[in-house]
Amino acid sequence: MELNDLTQNQGQWLRGSGPQSDIVMSSRIRLARNLADFPFVGQASDVDRQRIEEVLKGAVQGIEDASRLLYIEVDDLAGVDRQFLVERHLISREHAESEGVRAVAIDGGESFSIMINEEDHLRIQVMRSGLSLDETWEEINRIDDSLESKVTYAFHDKYGYLTACPTNVGTGMRVSVMLHLPALVLTRQIEKVFRSLQKISLAVRGLYGEGSQAMGDFYQISNQITLGRSEQDLIKQVHDIVPVIIDYERQARDFLIKESPENLHDRVSRAYGILRTAQTISSEETMLLLSSVRMGVNLGLIHDLEIPLLNDLFLKTQPAHLQKLTGAELDSSDRNIERARYLRSHLHGQNEPNGPEKN
Amino acid sequence: MKCQKCDKPATFHITELTDGNPQELHLCEEHAREYLSQSGMGSAEPENMAAALAHQMAQQMAVGQTAEELARLDQQVCPFCGISFYDFRSRGRLGCPHDYTCFEAQLNPLILNIHGETEHTGKTPRLGSRASQEKTQLIRFRREMKEAVAEEDYERAGKLRDTIRRIEQGDSPEETSH
Ligand SMILES: [Zn+2]
Ligand SMILES: [Zn+2]
Repeated sequence: MELNDLTQNQGQWLRGSGPQSDIVMSSRIRLARNLADFPFVGQASDVDRQRIEEVLKGAVQGIEDASRLLYIEVDDLAGVDRQFLVERHLISREHAESEGVRAVAIDGGESFSIMINEEDHLRIQVMRSGLSLDETWEEINRIDDSLESKVTYAFHDKYGYLTACPTNVGTGMRVSVMLHLPALVLTRQIEKVFRSLQKISLAVRGLYGEGSQAMGDFYQISNQITLGRSEQDLIKQVHDIVPVIIDYERQARDFLIKESPENLHDRVSRAYGILRTAQTISSEETMLLLSSVRMGVNLGLIHDLEIPLLNDLFLKTQPAHLQKLTGAELDSSDRNIERARYLRSHLHGQNEPNGPEKN
Repeated sequence: MKCQKCDKPATFHITELTDGNPQELHLCEEHAREYLSQSGMGSAEPENMAAALAHQMAQQMAVGQTAEELARLDQQVCPFCGISFYDFRSRGRLGCPHDYTCFEAQLNPLILNIHGETEHTGKTPRLGSRASQEKTQLIRFRREMKEAVAEEDYERAGKLRDTIRRIEQGDSPEETSH
C-alpha cells in the first residue's frame, strides 16, 4: 500500500456512520508507551532514535500483515504529504513538524496509526466512526498486547506506564470523542458546556485547535487525568458525558427551530447557496458553511444532499487534500479557486447553471 | 499554616524564582491551581495545556519549602540519562524512564497535583513484568550460586546453575539484549 492510495479512502473520523453519527463524528483512543532501555525521545541521540525506530519498526510490522500496513518515514515525506496525514488525523501536527528519525505505521482501513519517536517512543491511536469507545479500546488493547510481547515497555510498579511528560503517566491513555455542535455554538452555550466539563476534569478542544471558534463547529472531548483510574473508568467517564452533550445540542437545535424557523432555514440555505456558487473560498469559510449545511440536512431543511458527501467535503477541501487531488502544488489563492471549483462540481451534480461556458 | 488567600490550610508552598530573587507563596490547592493556571498559558489544546501546566508547576513549585533546598534538588542528576531536575523544570520533559525513580521526591507531589492520585491502577504489561521478575530471580540465583560455591556446597550450586540455565533458555523471544 502507498500513501496516495489513502486519497481514495474516506477518513475514518469522517466516515459518518455508526451510532449517533449526526452529532458524534468519531471515537479515538491513544496510548503513550516507551521502551525501557532508551532515553525518552527528547533526550535521545540520533543513534538512539535510529535504534528505537529499528526496534519498533520490527515490532509494529509484526502486528498486521505488511501488505496492509503502510510504514512511512516521516522525515522523507514532502511537506504536503505530512500535512495530508495531519488532516486525516493519522499523525499529530508535532510529529509532522518536528525533526529527526521518526515514522508512522497506518493500517489500510485507517482504523489505527502508530507514531514512532513522537514525544514518546510510541503513540498508538485507534479511531472509529461514531460513538464506539468499547470497540476502540478492544482494538487498541490488542495492538498494545501484541507490541508488548515483542518489546519491553518502561513500566513502574507505582506510576504505571512511564512517559516523557508526567501529564501522561499511568495509563498513558487519552480517550476522545469528536462531536459536531453547531447549535450550541449558534446559541452561545458552548462556553458553558466547556466550563462544566472542566469541573469534572474533561478537556475540550476545537478541531485543529486554531482560533477561538472550532473549525466547522467540531469539538473533541477527552480525559485530562491519566493516572489512578483504570482504562475502563477513564473510558466510562468520557462515554457517560457524551449523551448529555448530545442532549444539549438537540435542545439547542429545537430551540433554534422554535424561535425562528425562517432564520434558521435562511442561514442554512444561504450557506448552501454560497458553497454552490462561490468562485473562490477559504478553508475557514468552507468549514463554517459546511457546518451549517450539515445541520440543515440533519434537521430536514435540505433534502437533496447526503451526510457522507458533506463529511467527505470537510476533508477534501483541506489544503493538502486539495493539492493531492489536483496533483499540483497550489498557493493559497489558487487553492481558494480550486476549492470553490471542487465544491461547485460536487454540490451541483451535472448542471452548473452559473458556469462561464454557458451564457 | 493558612493559605494566603483563604482560611484553608496551605498545602502548596510555591517558590517563585522567575524574577531572580525568590518569593515564597503559601496556598491551598484551589488557590495554587488558580495561581499556576493564571500565570500565562496560550495554547488551547488540552494536551499542551496539561503539559504547560505541569511545566509551569515544575518550574514554580519548590517541593522543599525553601529556595536553598530547591536549589539543592535542582542539581540532582539522573545517572542514566544525565539530565538534572533543573533541566526537567525548564523543559517540562523527563530524560529517561529512570527519572521517575531518581527524582521521585520532587516528582511525586507534582504527579499528585496533576492527577489527584499517585498510584497506577490500570493495565499492567503481562510479559514485561514476567521478564522483569525473571531478571530479579536470576540476580538472586546467581548470588546464591556464588555463595554455594564459596561454601563448597557443589550439589546446591549445580542445581542453581541448572535453574539459571533453564530460565535463560526459556527466556522470552525478545532476548536479553538490553
Ligand atoms: Zn486558598
Ligand atoms: Zn534519566
